[in-house]
Amino acid sequence: MAAASQSLFKRWQPGLIWALYGLGLLPAVWAFYQGATGGLGADPVKSFEKTLGLWALRLLILTLAVTPLRELFRINLIAYRRALGLLCFYYVAFHLTVYMVLDQALDLAVVLQDVLKRPFIMFGMAAFVMLVPLAVTSNRLSIRKLGRNWTLLHRLIYLAAASALLHYALSTKVLSPEQAIYIGLILILLLYRAARPLIPRKRNAKPAPGSQTARVVKQA
Amino acid sequence: MPAFRPPIIPASEITPKTAYLSRRGLMAAGAAGTLAAFLRPPAARAETLTTVPSAYKVEDKVTPRKDVTTYNNFYEFGLDKADPAALSGDFKPRPWTVAVDGMVAKPQTFDIDALIKAFPVEERIYRMRCVEAWSMVIPWDGFPLAALLDKVEPLGSAKFVAFETIVRPAEMPGQNSLFQSLPWPYVEGLRLDEARHPLTLLAVGLYGETLPNQNGAPIRLVVPWKYGFKGIKSIVRITLTDKQPMNTWQAANPQEYGFYANVNPAVDHPRWSQATERKIGEGGFFGASRHPTLPFNGYADQVASLYSGMDLKANF
Repeated sequence: MAAASQSLFKRWQPGLIWALYGLGLLPAVWAFYQGATGGLGADPVKSFEKTLGLWALRLLILTLAVTPLRELFRINLIAYRRALGLLCFYYVAFHLTVYMVLDQALDLAVVLQDVLKRPFIMFGMAAFVMLVPLAVTSNRLSIRKLGRNWTLLHRLIYLAAASALLHYALSTKVLSPEQAIYIGLILILLLYRAARPLIPRKRNAKPAPGSQTARVVKQA
Repeated sequence: MPAFRPPIIPASEITPKTAYLSRRGLMAAGAAGTLAAFLRPPAARAETLTTVPSAYKVEDKVTPRKDVTTYNNFYEFGLDKADPAALSGDFKPRPWTVAVDGMVAKPQTFDIDALIKAFPVEERIYRMRCVEAWSMVIPWDGFPLAALLDKVEPLGSAKFVAFETIVRPAEMPGQNSLFQSLPWPYVEGLRLDEARHPLTLLAVGLYGETLPNQNGAPIRLVVPWKYGFKGIKSIVRITLTDKQPMNTWQAANPQEYGFYANVNPAVDHPRWSQATERKIGEGGFFGASRHPTLPFNGYADQVASLYSGMDLKANF
């Protein structure tokens, strides 16, 4: 029982978490290097912007997948969830920075007009704004201080994910198959949360999603 | 006039196209294959055109050939802007005919090579503004659409010109996949006076050579004061009509795309501003800056009179 709920690779966990940060930032470093050396094609700014946004989506999907993986397949990656969530936030921040600095050349009036007038940019900005408090309160101190409120606050990720989904779906002229896959995955992960209260629990010993933090503290 | 003329090579001596541009081979070769596709296509594909100089030239810096031929929208080959160059190797732009019919006195079907010989091919350097807010400056080779229309003698009842792209799922992966981005064939339309305007060009080449497949071989429309999507590619039919033709993008999303699609910085696309544009091939990663978009893409002096008295916000 204890083995099933224990994190994978517990022994190497601290090192693996740092490795995950390093690995997770590689695509951004590589894309930046390519862009700076002329390897991103005819419209490098747009290409860089898109790459960063796509990685943010991938990391969002991984972050949201941690709970269903544990509950449905007993794969426990909870120890890596903070790193995945923070990496997602970093990529959203990079994506926004490239849009503001390289794409719009820091013309804040244009950026403001874009945010107010264009739904797809509005949704993207909303997702970023919602992710900020989550990133800020991702440390242990905040978890302890906020207690139950921390769990409530971090449910904002679902709203942020829905916003990100709309941002991505509305950003192109035609919805591509690639987009449909990402959007489908995010929808499934969100619907899982909505349907979760309806799924019968196999064992009552299985930890409830909200009590995970409490468990970790108890074990420690 | 080019200083060097390549020797005429018999077709039998040329490596079969499939041998060097097979799509599957490209995929398998991975990065190396992609790199090969970006290199200049062999002479067998692009033939040098004999062109005459033209007064229609803008002074702007011309976009590098590599960018013009590797970054564009041609959804028949895929949704990514690199797809047309990477996935158009199987497309056969010869033999080819263009039917000109409808409200004309002399409907005719023209062979593409006869058509190229029938008119002096002019080199024209035009600005190209995409509705997605990027732009290029492209040296097209072609002849005015008006010259072709004169040959078929439009009737007095004809008010519009409708255009149609080829449908060839076997050669165009975007028409062949499970997922269809748009209904085919791609169609476009112009008012007859727009079609007859001296700026309106039927391009058969760029950079002095026949059009690469990815840019709309063997013949495409270029209307420099309109957004790029009006420039229908790989044309097989031109029909004179008295009804305003529907165009593919207007049919797909009438809130975002209209019939006219004149470049207009004052009328935003619902999802992005049209006030500025990013010039492709300029400045690279850090030097890329935005430039103000000009009314009618800088061709207002020549074409604004076509729309005098019209509400261009309503007729976008």
